[in-house]
Amino acid sequence: MPDGVGLELLAQELREAEAGSILETLYFRDKGVLIVSVAYIREVLAHLRAKGFSSLMSVHGVDYYPEEPRLGVHYELLNMAGVDRLTVKLRVPLDEPSVPSVTPDWPTANHQEREIYDMFGVIFDGHPDLRRILMPEDYEGHPQRRDFPIGGEPVHFTIDEAHGRVYTQ
Amino acid sequence: MSTTPDVRRSEYRQMEESITMAPVERLEERGDQELLTLNMGPHHPATHGVLRLLVTLDGEVVRDLKPIIGYVHTGIEKTAEDKSYWKVIPIVERMDYLAYYFNAMAFCGATETLLEVDVPPRAQYLRVIHMELNRIMSHLVWLGTSALDLGAMSMFWYCFREREQILDLFEQSSGQRMHTRYIQVGGVAEDIPRGWAEKVREFTAVMPARVDQYNDLLANNEIVLQRLRNVCPLAEEELLKLGVTGPLLRAVGNPWDLRKAMPYSSYDHFDFKIPVGTEGDNWDRFAVRVAEMKESVKIIDQALDGLPEGPWITENRKVALPPRHELATSMEALIHHFKLVTEGFRVPPGEVYYPIESPRGELGCFVRSDGSSKPARVHMRDPSFVNLQATAPMTEGSYIADLIATLAMLDPVLGGIDR
Amino acid sequence: MEIKREKLPAGGRDLISGKDLSNEDFRIRQLRARDMLRGDLGDEDLEKYAQERVLTTTMEKAVAWARSNALFPATFGLACCAIEMMSIVAARVDVARFGFEAFRASPRQADLLILSGRISIKMAPVVRRIYDQMLEPKWAIAMGACSSSMGVFNNYAIVPADKFMPVDVHVPGCPPRPEALMHGILKLRKMIQADPDMGWRDGYGARGTEEVVPSDESDPAQSAINVFQPGNTLGA
Repeated sequence: MPDGVGLELLAQELREAEAGSILETLYFRDKGVLIVSVAYIREVLAHLRAKGFSSLMSVHGVDYYPEEPRLGVHYELLNMAGVDRLTVKLRVPLDEPSVPSVTPDWPTANHQEREIYDMFGVIFDGHPDLRRILMPEDYEGHPQRRDFPIGGEPVHFTIDEAHGRVYTQ
Repeated sequence: MSTTPDVRRSEYRQMEESITMAPVERLEERGDQELLTLNMGPHHPATHGVLRLLVTLDGEVVRDLKPIIGYVHTGIEKTAEDKSYWKVIPIVERMDYLAYYFNAMAFCGATETLLEVDVPPRAQYLRVIHMELNRIMSHLVWLGTSALDLGAMSMFWYCFREREQILDLFEQSSGQRMHTRYIQVGGVAEDIPRGWAEKVREFTAVMPARVDQYNDLLANNEIVLQRLRNVCPLAEEELLKLGVTGPLLRAVGNPWDLRKAMPYSSYDHFDFKIPVGTEGDNWDRFAVRVAEMKESVKIIDQALDGLPEGPWITENRKVALPPRHELATSMEALIHHFKLVTEGFRVPPGEVYYPIESPRGELGCFVRSDGSSKPARVHMRDPSFVNLQATAPMTEGSYIADLIATLAMLDPVLGGIDR
Repeated sequence: MEIKREKLPAGGRDLISGKDLSNEDFRIRQLRARDMLRGDLGDEDLEKYAQERVLTTTMEKAVAWARSNALFPATFGLACCAIEMMSIVAARVDVARFGFEAFRASPRQADLLILSGRISIKMAPVVRRIYDQMLEPKWAIAMGACSSSMGVFNNYAIVPADKFMPVDVHVPGCPPRPEALMHGILKLRKMIQADPDMGWRDGYGARGTEEVVPSDESDPAQSAINVFQPGNTLGA
């Protein structure tokens, strides 16, 4: 993992290349995190690819409810040659949940961005085929959001004192 | 036939002689091709689980492939947000249902990183032993079902014979054959019973000979060779761009294995090799996994030889349950037990991504904690979900039978893909 | 210790009347068999002859016996329980002993649908369609906790099988051991043998989807899902 100093140097380089791209850096549990602004995500990832982080291992979404901006997308980068990992995070609000898709540059993000769209409702601009992947195509709602109910069925007990019910067979 | 004119017979002969039996090297795109879109699945004997494929065919040749998944979507990640960390372990285990120790390990590793709790060395070795046994078991199921897909039916029974032996070992150590919830946050659930190490050694003594037996059955079989050699290779850059890891990447020649590159849980104490292929066709994918089984046996032997004494779970009473005998004497132990069982331990806020090497590739677990006793987000980066994207480029231009063989060699587990 | 010796009848025991036959009865039987083969027996003699020989069973019972011993399960593996279902085909718990080895891929050729695994909402219409494609008589086993009830996952994505198709046997477990699934299959086999007509629909009370209707809170009988009528523990 790039250590704290390496991370700051990296962030400095990226800030010089694209002003306003890096909002914050974090070093948490021996791993570097870059928080970027939404518009620059493709450029930042391209720069990091040039730095050696050539593998995008995971693209996943997070719902930060009730903090705003609410929806987050995390990119896990891996540098195979240098044996290094780096996380890039961005946050979008619920009323404008569009993020530029990185699928044209990183084909691995195809299914993963579809999953984030399905589960959270983040719209990826430029994605070749953005539709639901895990839920049925006509499903309404985005299940992984924190305010989406978990669903399920109540368990029927034989003697349900809370409701004063006794089921006889 | 005596009245048939000579002209027709010679035309027929010309037609007959123009057909060659040589394999078609490269199929030219014809302008007038008629494409047929066929739906394979979700209920299909050849797919490994409920995978639906929309295959666009030109005759027997696959032109395009669209996988449609979601038929086993269980909402594991959503359910995990509703339960305390201890209770998430069985939920998350049922994701990639052939690699249940790995699912639990990824989640527990992420939670331990957040908690900053140390895992005792004995627990690390026990985790390694169980994970490697699980790796062998997963490869055995893969081998049995893939050979069944190819038509070599007897392999299924041989592989499941070994699998039953491994499941007996799991049952002896944890009480369950599958989904054992043996790996817990901070260590393992219980110490191995007396005599278990000897039983594992009985198994590892026999296993390399069995792997040779499988090789004898399959590796020199002309049909298997014809169906797997030089079939559906994919270049390394394509695989890397698609994020493919695991035996598929190692079959092309890239020796990326998290156990060696970024070791976790004492994997750096063991001496083992990474089997690597050369061409990346189906045969290499097959051979890499079979060779990995032998390497796993080596790891298990070394781990048993060097198994250290000590606790099998962390001594931090705020994370792990205290031993039962303490409950009778110590008030703090009783309170810890009560709090852990009812509410669960609280994890400091933060976000962690913990990757491990599962039998199918990089299995990562992302845990976000908001300081309470339930995780705020659990995401499992499943290797099969990402590897599935490689199916379309791999099978373009090949026959349907090759598609089936490639799917088998891809080793997708739909539980992990759909979560 | 007193040893009692029982003399067994020399010619066997008559199946219908239950009386012992002696050697002479046996000889008479042989002569009658010769007459029957020659075509010399009269009408009532022939009927009596047939009654004495054919086991006292109805045709339906025989058919039920044949059906129960040659079930063709459909290859329908969904999730983790599918691996344990594969285990029953394997050598340790060998389902071929009971005649169920021929797993058919096509539902049109299968009798038994073993729902092994969790049924997600995307998969439920597919399962129903496959079940509809099976020809009568057909049975369904809900293997594991997820298909019987929601199992470990009580959430938006899973449907228990009872909601959309009639299930004959539920096998609990997560996943059930191969021996447990075998037990469930043998119970199903006894079920098939025990009812001579296709009585599983009536016994189950299944007329399609069963829903809990919370219409009258004061009357528990209305709002409960009452699958088995009192006294009828078919298959339990």
